[in-house]
Amino acid sequence: MAILDDGAALQSPEKPYKTPIVAPGHTTATVTDKISSVVQSRTPRWWFIGFGISFLLLMMFLNAVTWLLWKGIGVWGVNQPVGWGFAIINFVWWIGIGHAGTLISAILLLLRQEWRTSINRFAEAMTLFAVACAGMYPLLHLGRPWLAYWLMPYPNTMDMWPNFRSPLVWDVFAVSTYATVSLLFWYVGLVPDLATLRDRSRHRFWQVVYGFGAMGWRGSAKHWHNYETAYLLLAGLATPLVLSVHTVVSFDFAIGIIPGWHATIFPPYFVAGAIYAGFAMVLLLAIPLRVAFGLEDFITLRHLQNMGKVMLATGMIVFYGYMTEFFFAWYSGNHLEQFTSMNRILGPYKWHWIGLMFCNGLAPQVLWMRRFRTSPFWLFVVSLIVSVGMWLERFVIVVTSLHRDFLPSSWGMYAGTKWDWMTFIGTLGLFLTLFFLFIRFLPLISIFEMRTIVPGTKGEPSRGSEMTEVPQ
Amino acid sequence: MDSDHGTKGKCEAEASRRPGERAPLDLETLREGLRTKRGPELWRSLDELAATAEFEELLHREFPRQASEWPEGVSRRGFLQLAGASLALAGLTACTRQPIEKIVPYVRQPEQVIPGRPLFFATALTHAGYALGVLAESHLGRPTKIEGNPDHPASLGAADAFRQAAVLCLYDPSRSQTLSKNGRTGTWSGFASDVNAALRARQPFGGDGLRILSGTVTSPTLEAQIKQLLSRFPKARWHRWEPAGPHHERAAQVRAFGRPVEVRHDFSKADVVVAFDSEALTQGPGSVRASRDFAAKRRVQTAQPQMSRVYCIESGPTSTATVSDHRLQLPPAEIEAFIAALAQAVGASPSGSELVTDPHVKPWVDAIAEDLKAHHGASLVTGGEHLSPAALVLIHAINGALGNVGSTIVYTEPVDADPVDHVASLRELTSDMAAGRVDMLLLLGGVNPVYTAPADLEFAKALQKVEMSIHHGLYEDETSRYCRWHIPAAHELEAWGDARAYDGTASVIQPLIEPLFEGKSEIEVLAAFNNRPDAAGHDEVQTYWKTKLPGGAGGFDTAWRQVLHDGLVANTQAAPVSVTAAGPAAAAGAGEIAAAVQQARARKDAVTLLFRPDPTIYDGRYAANVWLQEMPKPLTKLTWDNALVIGPKTAERLGLRVEETVELTVGSRKTGAAVWILPGQAENTAVLTLGYGRAETAHGRADGGAGFNAYALRTSDALWAVPVEIRRIGERYPFACTQNHHALDPQGNETKLASEEAERRHVIRKTTLAALQQDPQVIQKEREKPAAGETLYPAWKYPGHAWGMAIDLNVCTGCNACVTACQAENNIPVVGKEQVLAGREMHWLRIDRYFEGDLDAPAIHHQPVPCMHCENAPCEVVCPVQATSHSDEGLNDMVYNRCVGTRYCSNNCPYKVRRFNFLRYSDRESPLAAMLYNPDVTVRMRGVMEKCTYCVQRIEQAKIEAKIEDAGAPEAGPHKIPAGKLQTACQQSCPTQAIVFGDINDPQWEVSQWKADPRNYGLLEELNTRPRTTYLAKVRNPNPRLEPTRTPHGDS
Repeated sequence: MAILDDGAALQSPEKPYKTPIVAPGHTTATVTDKISSVVQSRTPRWWFIGFGISFLLLMMFLNAVTWLLWKGIGVWGVNQPVGWGFAIINFVWWIGIGHAGTLISAILLLLRQEWRTSINRFAEAMTLFAVACAGMYPLLHLGRPWLAYWLMPYPNTMDMWPNFRSPLVWDVFAVSTYATVSLLFWYVGLVPDLATLRDRSRHRFWQVVYGFGAMGWRGSAKHWHNYETAYLLLAGLATPLVLSVHTVVSFDFAIGIIPGWHATIFPPYFVAGAIYAGFAMVLLLAIPLRVAFGLEDFITLRHLQNMGKVMLATGMIVFYGYMTEFFFAWYSGNHLEQFTSMNRILGPYKWHWIGLMFCNGLAPQVLWMRRFRTSPFWLFVVSLIVSVGMWLERFVIVVTSLHRDFLPSSWGMYAGTKWDWMTFIGTLGLFLTLFFLFIRFLPLISIFEMRTIVPGTKGEPSRGSEMTEVPQ
Repeated sequence: MDSDHGTKGKCEAEASRRPGERAPLDLETLREGLRTKRGPELWRSLDELAATAEFEELLHREFPRQASEWPEGVSRRGFLQLAGASLALAGLTACTRQPIEKIVPYVRQPEQVIPGRPLFFATALTHAGYALGVLAESHLGRPTKIEGNPDHPASLGAADAFRQAAVLCLYDPSRSQTLSKNGRTGTWSGFASDVNAALRARQPFGGDGLRILSGTVTSPTLEAQIKQLLSRFPKARWHRWEPAGPHHERAAQVRAFGRPVEVRHDFSKADVVVAFDSEALTQGPGSVRASRDFAAKRRVQTAQPQMSRVYCIESGPTSTATVSDHRLQLPPAEIEAFIAALAQAVGASPSGSELVTDPHVKPWVDAIAEDLKAHHGASLVTGGEHLSPAALVLIHAINGALGNVGSTIVYTEPVDADPVDHVASLRELTSDMAAGRVDMLLLLGGVNPVYTAPADLEFAKALQKVEMSIHHGLYEDETSRYCRWHIPAAHELEAWGDARAYDGTASVIQPLIEPLFEGKSEIEVLAAFNNRPDAAGHDEVQTYWKTKLPGGAGGFDTAWRQVLHDGLVANTQAAPVSVTAAGPAAAAGAGEIAAAVQQARARKDAVTLLFRPDPTIYDGRYAANVWLQEMPKPLTKLTWDNALVIGPKTAERLGLRVEETVELTVGSRKTGAAVWILPGQAENTAVLTLGYGRAETAHGRADGGAGFNAYALRTSDALWAVPVEIRRIGERYPFACTQNHHALDPQGNETKLASEEAERRHVIRKTTLAALQQDPQVIQKEREKPAAGETLYPAWKYPGHAWGMAIDLNVCTGCNACVTACQAENNIPVVGKEQVLAGREMHWLRIDRYFEGDLDAPAIHHQPVPCMHCENAPCEVVCPVQATSHSDEGLNDMVYNRCVGTRYCSNNCPYKVRRFNFLRYSDRESPLAAMLYNPDVTVRMRGVMEKCTYCVQRIEQAKIEAKIEDAGAPEAGPHKIPAGKLQTACQQSCPTQAIVFGDINDPQWEVSQWKADPRNYGLLEELNTRPRTTYLAKVRNPNPRLEPTRTPHGDS
């Protein structure tokens, strides 16, 4: 992982690996003060503005969903032959975004990438909110959403079970498991910090609220011992999920026989895409946050640069996936596959494909250059482009495969309606609303974990494994 | 059938108004009434006002006045929504819930009525005057489905789309529901006394000024009634106007034979068919029978391949061309030149061959002439009504010269009563009206001349001069607005009547239900004119037939019952007449054509506008029928609209794009239109079908005034073709096309791509007769087929039945009868133009159309696509809730109750035959719609998937019957349905018998034999879906003399 984390080298070329993850001059006390002050100081004005806008978008979402439930799925642009549209595109997009959190929390933890410490908390929160947004789409896109529970295997008098051959049923398990584990992981990680907040709160109300959440945490050695065991176990549990969720989501397509869907490359390429999109979203959130809360000392350029590198690497995998699809189409000699490929490039949705190639293929290449990789501004721009690109990717996969499939007589076109757009932008509102609430009421960086990596508390460089020691 | 059967509808209607519930006040009428009051009459309350006789009547009417008025200016979607609401209002109840009613069981069980079991009644339905014998299915007194009458010569068991859709018309809420006088409510007795008074006043003048205008009449009873009226009033006149003709054909007959005749084609004897711009297989009185006969000669037995040869020479693609061997596309004048040349080549005319100068066309004339001469007496040349009378004269002469008369073509006495030249007849009427010589006019049987009359006659203006005008029709239309009286017509399923088929066979039309509204039949109206206002239609019809039916042993009653049972009166065919096309007439025809051709060639690039009856709403009479409106037109696949159809080259030359608006100018007349580009439309021709662009205020249209009015440009001297100026306006007018939704570009690249891809994917497999004779396996060798058992899942076992279907592409004309039959049988909702535009039409069975070869002169193929009921069904695997699963008879069942609507099945269906209820398409509330529905088929709710079930309700019904049959057998067997005892709705209605269905486990069934044919192939079978629906490949029988030359067919 040395290649991944050479951020230190950037800042002090003569002493690689000596640059700390936390800016110099911090002690455990200043770390605690700094992070908890974000929660415990007066609410800044920009928060109200940001929250207000997000909340308005959320209300728009409610409006769109109400209309959808009232009128039926026909208010969206889906049709014959394109039976899946924005809902599935958005579902896959959001669920992909949700991948970075678990990757950062679990896999990087197990790989002892301690730079993850300052970003894992809000990345996990982001995961959770993204999964919440994603989870709504498969429900909303049903013709009869009130019967969604039929996808669950539950004992009933009719002795009816879901069809275990259907990837949609696998989806139910994959996504719900992922959501549950992510929530647990996030919450378990929060417990010591909630205790810190409880202890620092002056107002009785907040003491009770945080105290309730802290579940009686007192920081005893036994607590820490149990905690660390549980956290590691959860990390172990979550790790395969990073791979499994998007693999299963990709089966939704790969199991289908539609040219453009029916491809064995889908699972790895979807997982890479998910991490790619997830890191882009983490960057999109981290870059403004560190400025807004003055957290440049904790989320340093080294973090940003490392995430840029992850994006570059996964972006290349994704691009390789695109190329492989074309290769497969050509090499298989299957006319239908070849047609679908050519239709993506030259057909009526060619601008989506060109946009996709620009966003996911071309734009991230600037990250090869250190100048861009270490510029928050450029990283932000690239992340934005990548997020758009990943949305386009799902559009290309879902729509261009369906709109011209086997029989030319049933070819058609698809376009989202205003209700599609309102629902999509509405979930952005939901996501941001939750995120604004999160940064206001919970520590967006893990306080206790940061304390473990403050220089001086441990030998240098500190390692995740040493977290078993009781911090001050 | 006794008329008691339909009383239920009426009882419900009356019961729906609860005691004490007030009828809604028609305030407009009330105000009008006050305005016309004389003197200072005071009124204290509306009740007092209401106590006037007229208002009393209003209150006692069955349906409130407002209910029968359509909201204007609503969108298509709005219309559909409102249609549901107005059904509820107009139909039977004024509130959304059903009123609480006491129900009483039958005190005396009606004979034969078993709840849950339909009854079938033999009757007839007319289209443009001519009858087709049908069996109407009745569920507890409600007609729900039309089938062809197998005993009837015009049907032989099949029924066309128009007849299939007739049940929808019966329950149409936009039908006029009450008599009106000057726009206000009237009563039948009021009408009768008005008529009586008017006639009495005219009695001394011999009925001078009394006129009747009707469409084609074949009803013997009505004819007798009119004759009786005319004998009482010798100066009265009876005029005829049938917008879509036959006009030119009749004119040609008079010129060729000196008298009108009925032309009866017998395709079953024709080895060579030459069709000039002819829709003989889909339009015209005998088209259903013609299709059957035609198919008999096109059905290829692979063991001994043999088939007829069909040439189509036409200006725009016809249905006939899609099943032809050679198609030549020419502008109208060149077609006539071709006919003239052919006439000379076969010796029917002294001149004409010099008219064909194009070196590409000349070989066609020679080859066809040679082929025709080689099949003396076994060939048939048909010409469409749209050719000039001169050309049609020549066609009669050609058939005469080829010895076809008496074998493939039979001339009989005219079937329609008192045949006249309709154009002359209408012209005379209009000029008399304009001159004030008409003071009493009866417009009978839904004629709508204000809309349909040639524009130069200015019928509307003339009509205003008629004092006592009476309009009788199903709808309040453009004409009824100008008339003093409007009498709602009874539907043919509600009233007694009679009519004759294309061959003259008479049928008695028997009602299945009491009139839903206040409808009166033509016969009842005429009875009122003959001083019998209260005469029942039943008695009038019987009175006539008492004079005709043989008394016999059982007397009249037995004979009458036999007639009703059979659905036809035996031995009433029109007598053949011996006529020969006069030589001078042919010579004159050739000369006339020569002049016309010179003239047309001089015009060069001028575009000729062709008027044609619409394949879905005909001349506009079916505009209110939403099944027909949403039925894709066979060649353009457009719904809900007509379009100015032009070919790609013409579009390029004029710089026109698809869906672009234009202004059409013919002389001083202008109208708007929008462009549709159809490969196969001859250069410099444009087609605009009749029937669209109705007045906004007219009822009896469901299209919200959609489309473009061809009648506005049609004049009495140019009924079918006229030079037109096209000026580009360039606004966008969206067309709802069911194939290649939205993907249209001006160059036609999308269409080209689709047809090329269809070719590469072997969607339509085809071969030639010669190739098939050489190697019967030629189709099988075309593509590799995956071996059976190439699947991870264990094979299904079918110990009992295994249902399957086969469709013979060689005989499918794309006529849409199956599509409409499926719609009626399976309660398939109509979604409206906006939803079709969105790509959400619901037809379970669609007919795909593909072009092949050169886009400017393509070959055209039709392919009906129902559910394939795959053995390895991709849809079944992916449904998360098992809402679509395999039955033990191999059906791919759709469980609506279980469906949650993920649409994954539809995405994964390679045939895209699944249909989704994106919105609430089915009307599940209004009582009128409820009467229409087939009670054996679930009405689907919003959010569920649906698709073709192979008419599973019919399968189950047949199984029950088989079980009952087997009940007496000593050992209770598996209750197998015997071969041939079961038909799907599409199969039953198909005029060419292109569809067979049955048990593929049992070699007795015809479908098993078809499946064993080496021509049998599965669509996309390389996907290993193993479809149960398979196709018999198309076989062409090209003329070897023509094949090496430039032909539109490129598969050789």
